[in-house]
Amino acid sequence: MKYFYFIWKNLGRKKLRTWLTIMSIVVAFILFGALGSLSAAFTQGAEIAGADRLVTIHKVSLIQSLPYSYVNRVRNTEGVEAVTFASWFGGYYQDPKNQFAQFAVDAESYFDIYSDLLSLPEEQMESWQNNRIGAVIGTALAQRFGWEVGDRVPVTSMFPQEDGNRTWEFEIEGIFSAEASGADSGSMVFHYEYFDEARQWDKGTVGWLMIKVADPQNAGEVADRIDAMFANSPAETKTSTEKAFMESFMKQFGDIGTITGLILGAVFFTMLLVTANTMAQAVRERIPEMAILKTLGFTDRSVLVMILAEAVLMALIGGLIGLGLAWLMIGAAASQVGAFLPGFAMPTDVWVQGLIAIVVLGLLSGAIPALQGMRLNIVTALGRR
Amino acid sequence: MSDANEAALDPQASAASAGNETALVHCTNLGKSYRKGKESVPVLSNLNLNIPKGDFLALMGPSGSGKTTLLNLLGGLDSPTDGSLEIAGERIDRFSRSQLTRWRARHVGFIFQFYNLMPVLSAERNVELPLLLTKLSSKQRKKQVAIALELVGLKDRAKHKPSELSGGQEQRVAIARAIVSDPDLLLCDEPTGDLDRTTADDILSLLQTLNQQQGKTIVMVTHDPLAAEYAQRTLHLDKGTLITGN
Repeated sequence: MKYFYFIWKNLGRKKLRTWLTIMSIVVAFILFGALGSLSAAFTQGAEIAGADRLVTIHKVSLIQSLPYSYVNRVRNTEGVEAVTFASWFGGYYQDPKNQFAQFAVDAESYFDIYSDLLSLPEEQMESWQNNRIGAVIGTALAQRFGWEVGDRVPVTSMFPQEDGNRTWEFEIEGIFSAEASGADSGSMVFHYEYFDEARQWDKGTVGWLMIKVADPQNAGEVADRIDAMFANSPAETKTSTEKAFMESFMKQFGDIGTITGLILGAVFFTMLLVTANTMAQAVRERIPEMAILKTLGFTDRSVLVMILAEAVLMALIGGLIGLGLAWLMIGAAASQVGAFLPGFAMPTDVWVQGLIAIVVLGLLSGAIPALQGMRLNIVTALGRR
Repeated sequence: MSDANEAALDPQASAASAGNETALVHCTNLGKSYRKGKESVPVLSNLNLNIPKGDFLALMGPSGSGKTTLLNLLGGLDSPTDGSLEIAGERIDRFSRSQLTRWRARHVGFIFQFYNLMPVLSAERNVELPLLLTKLSSKQRKKQVAIALELVGLKDRAKHKPSELSGGQEQRVAIARAIVSDPDLLLCDEPTGDLDRTTADDILSLLQTLNQQQGKTIVMVTHDPLAAEYAQRTLHLDKGTLITGN
């Protein structure tokens, strides 16, 4: 620590150059934080998926619906503990820009299946179950539109009602909260009965089934059993674990992890070159001074450590500012995109990876100049003066 | 011919015999040569020299005579290729690079022609540098720095950076840095080479005071005969050999 003042002063020797380099590192780590968080938000759905849950969709695609009768047939299948279902509503609030997720669900069973992820107060659950046009919303959605229990909200859907009107009225009966990080609290769920009775077409169908199996060890067998039951029918099914389903769903957007990894790799490599160049210049200018330090009795190793510490300090300043700004920006953006990307936030993993990247960047960029400083011959270096 | 007569005629023997019993520095047949391709270029050869504790020795000679090389060897910045070099009872010619580094920190203070201060640090921080290698606390370091700066008459310039000081003041800071850890030996390479006459005289008087009042042993390389007059004795080097002394 007693060398810190000297290291700090050396960093400020060419202020403009140092700050320009730090600004480049800031930008790189804003990208690191933002892309890392985006990638995490895309994958965390799969991470929080329950090992005891299966999802059954139409074999052709998720867009194709399944007959309602499948619900009871699956419920009676061996190994199945509970079944619920949902249908996509595809609506928006007032303006098409205000998109968010809405699902028509079975109010009796939906929250039972997701009891580990979502929580709704008991009295609100009761009110909702007793109100045919009642809906419950997640905390993020309530915050986004400022909705409260008791509000009556119109949602315009891709599904017209029997009279052709596409705007559906709902009464907010409850606000559910996410019990696990990344669980969806930006959506709205309402009664399937209301939806199915009033919609103009596709009546008697559901979008997908969510199944809770009695024993997670037998999840594969249960999935095969369900699909076999509907084989060669007009609506064949594809049943998979919730995790596999989420991963497959996210892959529709592309392999986010690989894309962000490649971008970050390129950014990191460029930053390494920029920072290493700054450090090389800084050390080259100070060769006689390093010779003096060694003359005074500073060891080869202490010179090496001081140069590395200077490089790491520069990376730390830029990196922490960058990650901090990314965190603020993500916090500001989360309320806007929370409906599409539940749990969009900067997770601890990204902070930890960022800190590791900062230290690695500092050490790598300072390595060659530090080795040069360490190997410096005093007599030769002083002779250059 | 007796040994005493030989010593009287041979400047190397004369230099070697000076204060032999209380010698701080004891060089025997000291040699240094550098490799240039396949060739070995001798810079110093068969140099015998004793420097008693408390001596103020001026080393003079033309450029390329080996003055700075000898200073580098005495300061443990370089190692001899021949002979032995004993300082304060330690054979430093046998030391490894890292042993020499630690030894320098404890025993030697350096003063250079161009001061060689750290431009980013204030005078007091420059003076503190050698103390960072000790186990002294921050408070103790600050106290020693204040004493050293007071000794060179620069207490009121402690917070100034080298760029805010005159050449003479910079050299005083360098002297304070050299003495702050209380070394046995002060090595000065053209300490007044970059200063005007008046300032040079001030600096030389300061070195003389350090020698006489603090008992510092000083070896000073100089081209300037007037500077050499401040020393207790002067030795001349030519082509890597001591040729005369007074």
